[in-house]
Amino acid sequence: MSTSSGTPESWISSFCSLLGHEYFAEVSEEFIEDDFNLTGLQNQVAMYKEALEMILDVEPEEDEEDEDEEEDEDEEDVSGDVGDGTTRRERRHHSRVASDLSVIESSAEMLYGLIHQRFICSRAGIQQMAEKYELGHFGVCPRTNCNQARTLPVGLSDIPGEDTVKLFCPSCLDVYVPPNSRFQTVDGAFFGRTFGALFLLTFPEYDLSRSAAEAAASLGRAADEQGMINGMYACNIAPGLGRDKIYEPRIYGFRVSELSRSGPRMQWLRDKPDDMSLLDEARRYHAEHDDDEDSDDDHSRSTRYSRRSTARRRPGGGGARQRQIQRQTQNGSPMAIEANGAESEL
Amino acid sequence: MDDYGTESESDYTSYWRDWFISLRGNEYFCEIDEEYLTDRFNLTGLNTEVQYYQYALDLVTDMFDLDCDDEMRETIEKSARHLYGLVHARYIVTTRGLAKMLEKYKKGDFGKCPRVMCNSHPLLPMGLSDVPNLKPVKLYCARCEDTYNPKSSRHASIDGAYFGTSFHNILFQVYPTLVPAKSVERYVPRVYGFKVHAAAALMRWQDAQRASMRRKLRKMEVESGFKDNEAEELEDDEGEEDEEDEDNDVEIDDDIDEAGEEHPGQLTRYRGAGPVTIAGSGGGASSVPSAFSGDAHMGSVA
Repeated sequence: MSTSSGTPESWISSFCSLLGHEYFAEVSEEFIEDDFNLTGLQNQVAMYKEALEMILDVEPEEDEEDEDEEEDEDEEDVSGDVGDGTTRRERRHHSRVASDLSVIESSAEMLYGLIHQRFICSRAGIQQMAEKYELGHFGVCPRTNCNQARTLPVGLSDIPGEDTVKLFCPSCLDVYVPPNSRFQTVDGAFFGRTFGALFLLTFPEYDLSRSAAEAAASLGRAADEQGMINGMYACNIAPGLGRDKIYEPRIYGFRVSELSRSGPRMQWLRDKPDDMSLLDEARRYHAEHDDDEDSDDDHSRSTRYSRRSTARRRPGGGGARQRQIQRQTQNGSPMAIEANGAESEL
Repeated sequence: MDDYGTESESDYTSYWRDWFISLRGNEYFCEIDEEYLTDRFNLTGLNTEVQYYQYALDLVTDMFDLDCDDEMRETIEKSARHLYGLVHARYIVTTRGLAKMLEKYKKGDFGKCPRVMCNSHPLLPMGLSDVPNLKPVKLYCARCEDTYNPKSSRHASIDGAYFGTSFHNILFQVYPTLVPAKSVERYVPRVYGFKVHAAAALMRWQDAQRASMRRKLRKMEVESGFKDNEAEELEDDEGEEDEEDEDNDVEIDDDIDEAGEEHPGQLTRYRGAGPVTIAGSGGGASSVPSAFSGDAHMGSVA
């Protein structure tokens, strides 16, 4: 946590070179100096102005301050040899700074993290992260069937202090804990929830299934042999999932039956359709329902399902009402997943 | 590994197996019983697999007394490790072996699942092949039922055949109560709070796969083992037909919400637990079919 006084290195680059900060991109000074990019951060960070000055290496009181900081390192407890009056005045001033220094330092780290969250979603920032991705700075997916696909650092929340940084694997669309414990001190909010998915949308032509070493060996990309589905290249939608990429439990070569109590239950999580065009819901919907224009996509899907499950109605007639409850609990989404989006409004 | 030269000199004569499993990087191994090792039946076929089979076996069982040069000893040492690994794969599927590995599993000796949604569930070592020297050891998470690479490179160099492809599955066959509750919780990629279409479409498809699996299991009356959203998902299949009426019901339910206070309570109960409470909330909607009660209500308003 040195302030890099006396060294030519900037605060930002020294911060990014710290152990455990390997995932961070170096936010450009222009980005920080644009006040628009910092909107709302004043309220989130204590000693905002001092922290910002520290990040930008702006000396609040010119060169006197610089001297102080050098002394701080060399002569912390050897105060006796400070002789003349001018230095004494400086030291008195300095003692105030020293007490605040650690507070400012941690504020600066927080502020930098929050700026970083915004920066890596900007054009320059995502470009820088793409370079780090290509160099494999973020590590690889631990899942065996992902075949060392490169990961991206993400947060599970945009609010600092809630969770540490995680690694998002574009190959299996899942998140993992970084292998090294030094990343367990890095706040996930410094990367944010948006970056991972935005990266995939920004660089659709990356070959996601390839590991860093292989990608470096052969730079040619053959992403366009298949068409686009749902706004992405079909071959880039979860390349680590699907048939052959699902672990199949076996005992002495025989598959464990699904009907066994300890049989496979989670294969859906690693599954994907053999024919990706199945996922093109809008196109399929229009192919199937040319006549009635008024019902929406969600509707058509559920009626399709209902045909398969007509026999399984529970007696009692409360079905419609429970569906309504369900609608409320799921916030109208067809996915039974807790809406993570709610917290961004806090 | 580097210090084995010196350590083996002093230790191997007495407790080779003790020393072996205490080596750094050998944390995944459990100690094989003396009786198991000395029963020739258990070692059937291994003599063709292991060089200097007899010497290696002697070394493993602390009977080694051959006077030989260092190079020879090193070769035998290597063979002994290989032999131990191969016997280990057979031993851990026996009753005693399973119990020993279970202890280690409970202590988390094999590490924790890296998948965030698995909440550090303990892992089990496994091989992707039963043939030695093909694939290194992998780790199996019983919660997400997937396999992962070990974090540490010293574990990544262990042969997967020393654990085998069957062990972890047999463990859960023998101890079915240990099968962890499955969770449908998962990561949803988002951009500024919005789901990404391609990923969301895939997840909808996966959810449909899961729902059909659960329907199938229910038909066969097999426990599906999902701890949460049990109710919601089963509801999914059952309530679909009422889709047409839903728009009407929305208003009606809102009205009831304002009038009778029991509704929010039902909602929380419904969120909380399994099918039993559902039946309760179905009853709570009064034994009159909801459409009927709705009509009555509307009538009174008019």
